[in-house]
Amino acid sequence: MGLIKELLKGLRVTGGTMIRTITGKEMVTIEYPKEMREKPQRFHGRHVLNRYPDGMEKCIGCELCAGACPANCIHVRGMDNDPASPTSPGERFGYVYEINLLRCIFCGLCVEACPTEAITMTHLFEMSTTNREDAIYTRETLLMDQQGNVPHMFPDDPLADQNELDAADGWLRATAPSGAAAYEGIQMWQGTPGPADWSAEPSQDIRDASSEPDAADG
Amino acid sequence: MSWPEFGIVVLRVVLTFALLLVVTVINVWAERKIVADMQSRIGPSRAGPWGILQTVADGLKLFFKESVVPRKVELGMYLLAPFLAVIPAFLIFMMVPWGQPFMIGDYEVALQGADLNIGLLFILAMSSLAVYAVVLAGWSSGSKYPLIGGVRATAQAISYEAAMGLAMVAVVVYSATQGDGGTLSLAEIVERQTGTWAGFIPRWNIFPQIAAFVIFLIAIVAETNRAPFDLVEAEQEIVGGFHTEYSGMRFAMFFLAEYINIFSMSAIAATIFLGGWNGPTFETVLPGFISGLLPTVWFLLKTYLIVFLFFWLRATLPRLRYDQLMTLGWKRLIPAALAWLVVSTIAIGVRQFGMPWS
Repeated sequence: MGLIKELLKGLRVTGGTMIRTITGKEMVTIEYPKEMREKPQRFHGRHVLNRYPDGMEKCIGCELCAGACPANCIHVRGMDNDPASPTSPGERFGYVYEINLLRCIFCGLCVEACPTEAITMTHLFEMSTTNREDAIYTRETLLMDQQGNVPHMFPDDPLADQNELDAADGWLRATAPSGAAAYEGIQMWQGTPGPADWSAEPSQDIRDASSEPDAADG
Repeated sequence: MSWPEFGIVVLRVVLTFALLLVVTVINVWAERKIVADMQSRIGPSRAGPWGILQTVADGLKLFFKESVVPRKVELGMYLLAPFLAVIPAFLIFMMVPWGQPFMIGDYEVALQGADLNIGLLFILAMSSLAVYAVVLAGWSSGSKYPLIGGVRATAQAISYEAAMGLAMVAVVVYSATQGDGGTLSLAEIVERQTGTWAGFIPRWNIFPQIAAFVIFLIAIVAETNRAPFDLVEAEQEIVGGFHTEYSGMRFAMFFLAEYINIFSMSAIAATIFLGGWNGPTFETVLPGFISGLLPTVWFLLKTYLIVFLFFWLRATLPRLRYDQLMTLGWKRLIPAALAWLVVSTIAIGVRQFGMPWS
């Protein structure tokens, strides 16, 4: 008899779930291309190379991102700036910048490593291609234009959503870029045109004090 | 046999065949949708409204796919097995009356493929034949896992067929007291379930034969190799069992046979226990055409109640271990069915003839 009791118990679970699903109270999956989930603010999507508000490139070709990359998917070569018309405010700029997105694991270590916030991540993740060459994103695709618009690899794709490229991931560092805990919560870097116009992280004690779940945690 | 009579026989078979194919297409989709609901998923939703054409799309895909024949197969048996699975599946449903007979001119058209006077026996025979398909497919594939599946199928089918047959016998014995002598014809068994007790309880065999109904339900789930008794297929242990080496249309035939069997076994349960197409037809208020169709609706409703139970069980229960399967079959169901047969027969006898000493 215990067996029958257990059987009925199990049937009640599945039957109850079915009724809740049919009446729309519970549904785990969504019809993805038709409706999309809200992405967390710190979503790690496709990379973008930023510019300063004056149009200068932020990348200085230091190759720290390539060094930090655990998947070895970033290839950077720096070049000296032309003193008459410099590409970046520093001494050098990245004249070759390639990311092989087939290898990329979207860990965001390149973003952490970058000393000038040149490389950040966006919310775009629909990047499937029909050949491998298209998966290697070059400077032309990664770099935003002078107005701060990020080029989409497939602008005609029905899934292409420019908003995803304009929404940048949250600032990842636990501390200020200088590394000093005292600067926590203080925005230490320039706002870029286009993406990266978010407010600074609240400091740890403020977040601990607020009982509400932090939106930035997604 | 005159030409019009011959035409009516063909019409009956074609109608039954068409019904079976349509409900099978719907059942495959319905199972996926219902199981999806039970798991808080959406299920097929792309092909047609609510994904109802999903089965058609899958069938077309399988039809155009290459049917790979592995090198080590026993070719004759390998090619024969899918047909051995499908043909008994179709034949079983031919026995089931699925609507009220209607008249074309002077001729009566019974909505039933064929009304054999040994209908129930024929059903048992065909469902035993269907096991050969599984065993032969498993053996002729020349591969380990299909062989294991085939061997499992033999033992499982024998154990549960016994319980299924005994449950049927109890109903047949009971049904014999409801009319003029015993009968194995399904149309006759349905006929004997018309009317009501005390004005509101339908005279269905399920009420006096409730234990037989439960045993029969468990046995048909095992007989059609459905979860939780799907040891024959068991994707997780023996990668699909007997149909591992089948692809394309040959696989589709096994798949089709399984779903036809689910429906026809449920239809048989509905017929011999739930009164078949019996139900209120409201002849006085509804136009004749609709009240003539209502029995078919009742039949489908009752059948789908049991089909739904199949899906519900599949979404709920984990697969039985092999020894548990055998224990349930031989140590529980068969003794229970035998005991019920004896008890119900004695009760019927006492009611009919009085106490032996009186």
